[in-house]
Amino acid sequence: MSQAPQSNPSSTSPYSSPDVAVRAELSEIDASIRTSSVFFTVSAIFWLLIGTVFAVIAAYKAHEPSFMGGTEFTTFGRMRSAHLNAMALGWGNNIIFAVGLWIMARLCRSPVRHGGLLLIAGIFWNVGLTVGLAGIIWGDITSVEWLEIPRYATPLLAFSYALVGVWGIMAFHFRKGEHVYVSQWYILAALFWFPWLYVIAQIMIIWFPARGVVQSVTNWWFAHNVLGLWLTPMALATAYYVIPKVLGRPIYSYYLSVLGFWALALFYNWAGVHHLIGGPVPVWLISAGIVASVMMVIPVIVVGINHHMTVVGLHKEVWRSPTLRFVIFGAMSYTLASLIGSSMALRSVNEITHFTHFTVGHAHQGVYAFFTMIMFGGVYYMMPRLLKREWPSANLIRIHFWGCAIGISIMLIALHIAGWMQGLQMNDASIPFLEIVQMTMPWLKARSVSGIFLTVGHVAFAINFFWMLFAAGAYRTKQVPTLLTPTSEEGAA
Amino acid sequence: MKNLPLLFCGIFFALAFSFSGIILSSNNMVGSLTRTTETLGEDGLPVEGDELFPRVMPGLAQQGKQVYIDLGCMYCHTQQVRRAGFGGDAERGWGPRASVPRDYITQDRVLLGTMRTGPDLMNVGGRPLNSDWHHLHLYNPQITSEGSNMPPFAFLYEVREIDGSPSVDALRFPPNSKYAPEAGYEVVPTRRAKALVEYLLSLKLDYSLPEAPIL
Repeated sequence: MSQAPQSNPSSTSPYSSPDVAVRAELSEIDASIRTSSVFFTVSAIFWLLIGTVFAVIAAYKAHEPSFMGGTEFTTFGRMRSAHLNAMALGWGNNIIFAVGLWIMARLCRSPVRHGGLLLIAGIFWNVGLTVGLAGIIWGDITSVEWLEIPRYATPLLAFSYALVGVWGIMAFHFRKGEHVYVSQWYILAALFWFPWLYVIAQIMIIWFPARGVVQSVTNWWFAHNVLGLWLTPMALATAYYVIPKVLGRPIYSYYLSVLGFWALALFYNWAGVHHLIGGPVPVWLISAGIVASVMMVIPVIVVGINHHMTVVGLHKEVWRSPTLRFVIFGAMSYTLASLIGSSMALRSVNEITHFTHFTVGHAHQGVYAFFTMIMFGGVYYMMPRLLKREWPSANLIRIHFWGCAIGISIMLIALHIAGWMQGLQMNDASIPFLEIVQMTMPWLKARSVSGIFLTVGHVAFAINFFWMLFAAGAYRTKQVPTLLTPTSEEGAA
Repeated sequence: MKNLPLLFCGIFFALAFSFSGIILSSNNMVGSLTRTTETLGEDGLPVEGDELFPRVMPGLAQQGKQVYIDLGCMYCHTQQVRRAGFGGDAERGWGPRASVPRDYITQDRVLLGTMRTGPDLMNVGGRPLNSDWHHLHLYNPQITSEGSNMPPFAFLYEVREIDGSPSVDALRFPPNSKYAPEAGYEVVPTRRAKALVEYLLSLKLDYSLPEAPIL
């Protein structure tokens, strides 16, 4: 991306670079990281499907509590935790290791050395996670939010992560070229931040518990930063990489990129304590968290403007490209989710939304509508380049997109409305608690309906992916990139 | 960006800043708290001979907390009371005062929680609910709280044929309850159920602290 702006902004081809040498170099890098990236993507999709099953069970249990209530292994607390960990650490981390590291390798413009390291890390990660999830369901759940995995599995995860981190530093060390692109800042920072957060949280909550509510403070410093300093930077790095690639147009403003990055780095990591507003923790700490949460408006608006100005005028291309259709959906969700999040940190709003389904809806807007949708887009872009094959079915991509887009929209609307009403009613002590529970029921049922749409989307995605991976049927000969609306030009996903 | 040392320093100090500001400083403030008496003497020290608070939880209740943890109760129940005037905690009778950091210092695992699908439990032991009620509620919440979406924890109970005289622990169902076992059978709590109820009954915010008196 250090090259001059592409001369043909209407082209949707990522290989539009006139320089044959550049394309050959990228091709060589892709080949060097193919095995591990494919392995991580397969793992990620596997966990996505597992996590979806847990999600649907947990959602259904929320309004039919006796469903699968006969054994402790499927009780609500364990199912929702199995869902969270399968999605965050299974889907989220695997897809980051697949797409994020691939982008890092490409931007470092140097074929990957010791790709085997990544494969070992990947095996450890997935074995550790399997053990951890079995532990949660078996009853060794820690009941610490976002850290439910029992302590006998976490060293496996930490070891695996260390290998990934080492690889990331090596890839960066052997890079070619002076310029470091914005995606690399985000990925490099996230690779550094995540282990710090994880290790401190493990030590201070699980291994050597800190005194009293220091645990809760550490818990929310960690959990909110998993989103803010791990998932968010990786999704933004992906968006910053694929948007200009697909559109053949450089990012609108370098300076906005710089401002967005540093503002996020400075403010996001203070924001987590807003989960403890009104709680038994020092008030100045909460106030600092609220200030940081509101200051997050700066990086969010800046990134939003930067992305918007990059795609402005090319909306047809965005709609045509599977990659960008997902990525732009995610980028718009980022702006919306973050602005809602900033206002939720205000005490007067938080008094209503705290302890309600509103927060659950908000979390899904961040992790799903923003992060997951962008990573779907990243996979649609990456796979044809790794496998030198096109996506088999445009219809399956459409089903994937609409299943996810409609599903997540239903869920967000239902949970935000339910949560807001729940909060207002809980603050009015004249309304009996059970009446509030009854009031939320139709909305919780709507969430289960959203689960059907999301499941259909995920299954369509998985079918298309494995069809492509195993190159089954006659589609092998397909030469034209799979796009979602007709085009006279040649382009790629 | 070409200035790599600046990039690395920035990445490092960004998180170091919040790590020291949020984690280390709160560890400094809260880490030095100790148990104390309800009021302080004139010398500003705990009154000698008075009971120290918060209480240390008895052994069976500790085991019950482990059950509470491994069933994931905290994903629907908080253990924190917000001050009067902020939210409806006080009006709903969830506690006679706001909970403060010192209330949690004797706990190995703090379960503040962030979700109130069900009510707050900081002071559930202080409500007029006895162990009979808790056992029926855990066995099937519909018995005591019709329309609740709390899952049943019947797997913590054993349905067995009455052998001779009924067990003293057997659940006492309301008359004509459709959840009662067939004639000749009884429902008895397992050890885990007993421990869990003991834990719930031990959750009490019935004492003052110098910084948080019950008015």
